Amino acid sequence: MNTFFTAFFDNLPQVLSGLGVTAEATVLGAVIAFALSFVLGLMAGHRNIVVRGVSRTVVEFFRGTSLYVQLFWLYYALPLLTGYQLSALFCGVVAFALNFGAYGSEVVRGGINAVPRAQWEAAVALNLSPYQRMRRVILPQALAQMIPPFTNLLIQLLKATPLLWLISAADLMTVIQQLRDRTGESLIAYVTLLVCYFIIAYILTLLMNLLERSAKARLGQYTGTRGLFRTRSAAGAETVPVVPTGGAS
Amino acid sequence: MSGAKFDWSAAGEVLPMLLRGFEITLLATVLGFLVGAVLGLLIAIARRAPTRFVTAPVRGLMEFIRSTPLLVQLVGAATVFSSVDPLVIGIIVLGIHYATYTSEVYRAGIDGVPKGQWEASRALSLSPVRTWRAVVLPQAVRNVLPALGNYAISMFKETPFLAVITVQEMVFEARKYGADHFAYTEAFTLAGLIFLVASYPTSLLMRKLEKRLGH
Repeated sequence: MNTFFTAFFDNLPQVLSGLGVTAEATVLGAVIAFALSFVLGLMAGHRNIVVRGVSRTVVEFFRGTSLYVQLFWLYYALPLLTGYQLSALFCGVVAFALNFGAYGSEVVRGGINAVPRAQWEAAVALNLSPYQRMRRVILPQALAQMIPPFTNLLIQLLKATPLLWLISAADLMTVIQQLRDRTGESLIAYVTLLVCYFIIAYILTLLMNLLERSAKARLGQYTGTRGLFRTRSAAGAETVPVVPTGGAS
Repeated sequence: MSGAKFDWSAAGEVLPMLLRGFEITLLATVLGFLVGAVLGLLIAIARRAPTRFVTAPVRGLMEFIRSTPLLVQLVGAATVFSSVDPLVIGIIVLGIHYATYTSEVYRAGIDGVPKGQWEASRALSLSPVRTWRAVVLPQAVRNVLPALGNYAISMFKETPFLAVITVQEMVFEARKYGADHFAYTEAFTLAGLIFLVASYPTSLLMRKLEKRLGH
């Protein structure tokens, strides 16, 4: 067998622990980013201009300054300012959460705006409180539409995790790089690494498709099982508004 | 240097270096985006080919490139093709990576061209090449310009990845200055602000363009 794969299987515990770090950063980052998206996204629809302004500023700031710079700033610059060094993984999670939370807030805002006006009016006519209106009428419908763009963001986040290698957190990329250095098999090592990320991305897409199906089922829309295995490019075709990874949408 | 405060003299010192690096950043963005925009269009057209032997592999490869990290692709390409100039590698890899995104944008644009336009071209017995060039693409591309612009902005913000393969763009300069003078705060703060100052007005411009095209 090829020397790289021999090394790969001999060092399987390290590979798995690297995978664990990547998974941890992805999941923690995504969960916090998701929460932040809702906070910022709901703030963007607030009637008070100050609340809207705060949300806008935070969103534009974290979208406008590159993720890469944010991560480096947290890891290298912050300790010089405060004298307190955060762990590499923690820095990664915070940077991913802030950056993708900012992008996610646009998804939340767009999803809420896409719920037909009549639904709002009906909720008012039924004398629902603003909280009930959001929680029972608007969000369930908006959520089903938000899931495909959120899937894209989740994959983007996964794709950003190799940045952890640069601030020496022992993620999947770091471990495979070490194996490459030891065996000298560059091409095989990097292709293996890409395949690993591809598999993780596909699993995440599948899980998000399941989530989308259950969100739609709650609205009484049955979507069938075929769509579950579709990839993101197949999913994106019918909904024209492409959620860009950057810039304004 | 105490390092506890933002040091304005260090900031003044690092700024010219950052701006020099910024030229490379812009160069990589513009060239990389050109590659991405052209290649993306070719992919979008290939995906409408009449046979599955073309569409299936193209789609598979696209899905693979788009689901895997740019950083790994860059480092991998730079290591495997170590004799090629890193800037060239960076531009090509960025271009290919973003082509997978722009192709989706074009696809949405092409799908948005009404079926009647295709039928009319057929009725006028235009050749396939003329149908694409004179009828479909002018309409499709016009509609997707803002979306393409947004990808250009997001590519711009991903150019710091090139620093990893030793391209001396802005963040590379920031890291170098930070390491030499132990002044990361000034270097990275300024680098981040330069990104913000450059990308925010551009994204406002795109939003305006979007409104004007009636999205």
